[in-house]
Amino acid sequence: MEVDPGHIGGHIMRQYDEDLETIRAKVLKMGGLVEELVREALQALRDSDYELGEKVVRDDHRVNSMEVSIDEDCQSIIALRQPKAGDLRMVIAIIKTITDLERIGDEAEKIGRMSSRLARNGTVSRKYLSGVMTMGAAVQSMVRESLDAFARLDVEEALRVVRSDEHVDEQYEATLRSLMTYMMEDPREISKVMDMIWCARALERIGDHAKNICEYIIFLVKGKDVRHTSFEQMEQRAHGVD
Amino acid sequence: MTSVAIGEDRMSAGLDNASGAALAANNIKELDDSFVTVGEATLTSVDVRMSARDVSVFYAEKRAIANVSLDIGANQVIAMIGPSGCGKSTFLRCLNRMNDTIAICRVKGKITLDEQDIYDPKLDVVPLRARVGMVFQKPNPFPKSIYDNVAYGPRIHGLANNRHEVDDIVESSLQKAGLWEEVKDRLEQPGTGLSGGQQQRLCIARAIAVSPDVILMDEPCSALDPIATARIEELIDELRKQFTIAIVTHSMQQAARVSQRTAYFHLGKLVEVGDTKLIFTNPRHKLTEDYITGRFG
Repeated sequence: MEVDPGHIGGHIMRQYDEDLETIRAKVLKMGGLVEELVREALQALRDSDYELGEKVVRDDHRVNSMEVSIDEDCQSIIALRQPKAGDLRMVIAIIKTITDLERIGDEAEKIGRMSSRLARNGTVSRKYLSGVMTMGAAVQSMVRESLDAFARLDVEEALRVVRSDEHVDEQYEATLRSLMTYMMEDPREISKVMDMIWCARALERIGDHAKNICEYIIFLVKGKDVRHTSFEQMEQRAHGVD
Repeated sequence: MTSVAIGEDRMSAGLDNASGAALAANNIKELDDSFVTVGEATLTSVDVRMSARDVSVFYAEKRAIANVSLDIGANQVIAMIGPSGCGKSTFLRCLNRMNDTIAICRVKGKITLDEQDIYDPKLDVVPLRARVGMVFQKPNPFPKSIYDNVAYGPRIHGLANNRHEVDDIVESSLQKAGLWEEVKDRLEQPGTGLSGGQQQRLCIARAIAVSPDVILMDEPCSALDPIATARIEELIDELRKQFTIAIVTHSMQQAARVSQRTAYFHLGKLVEVGDTKLIFTNPRHKLTEDYITGRFG
């Protein structure tokens, strides 16, 4: 039986409705916070903004607190309400989603830290930034769209995000290759370029986490576990062909 | 060594380590007379409606409950859970002196309602049972009309002066019990003609009609199907805004859903009492943990 946004409430015990609504709202709030962190981290990198980089590092603590708080709420719901069927899948999906959101926060924090470090040594050359910024835009879209898909419980949107991760992986490979050529051209730049490589890696990881969240959405809505499958198999399972 | 074998090795090393501690802890003998209830039996941060101190109950020579001290918080639901024969229903019946009706039953200790000793020989037990009402496992409407079921209490307790006032009490009690819409057009029909869930709500309306302070419920949903049960549980959640509720239940899932505090009884002792969320996520006593995880009954 599919879960859709219109049928999350409606329990005879109204408090149960409120409990579920609370955790959904908190997840979206955490998602918003994480989106903001990624955006600021990339801005700090692009603008060589030391202060903004430091802010991202500080703000990651709020993401961590939210993970703890939502985990506690989910534990309560499991102990007190014994959720079943769609409700159970919702709680499980949320527990998994907040782990990935927290990791996205950590990756953004890394980018923030590196931006601050790079900013202390002056601005970063455009040519080093370009691949990372392109990845950054793509990855930001993935995060935003995965959270939209979660809010709307939209399986098609989730599938689109999963498919777009392949594109991000290709961009990552291309970015690595070009950064490596810069290191070979000028060994004095190795340290700076290494930092850019870590940033690119962090973005690639963020893309993976956004993809994971979409897999949980499909599990929540369709009751099908689509992890560790090819995209084609995932699509088939999501559309009920498998 | 293969990775599967390494995993299995780790498992058995872990189990070897654990079994000694488990055997030592599973010692029911520790529930002797010196045992002290774990958790928050007495309340400080919430208003207390009823209070039990060192209550023991005997059926002839057999001691059914030993030295139970427990506060019942105002406008809260407290659930009493425990295996069959643990004394939870016996304790509940002390709270409105229903045990008086059992000849061989003796109650020792002190129980107060709003700081008044309910076992005071000068106290009239009839008004007590209006202030501390009871709902039983098997719905037991009077063989009267729906209207008369609810009106009976107010009439005999002199709570209404005329027909108009009785009508008001009947309607408001049935409203509060979530039954009014279903029966307002057939109030003259027999209460026994209603479904199980409706009959139980009628019994709740009957208890409410005499403006109780506390409502005691002894496994109120045991005879009901899941939907009727859910409706009663939602009703209990609504009622606690106005009343204080103590519920005995053999379903710990129900206790988890419906109560703010949970008290675990075992072999006549109050083992542990605390915030329901904590009891069901991280109980302090091993016996509590064993019971709620289904490790023994």
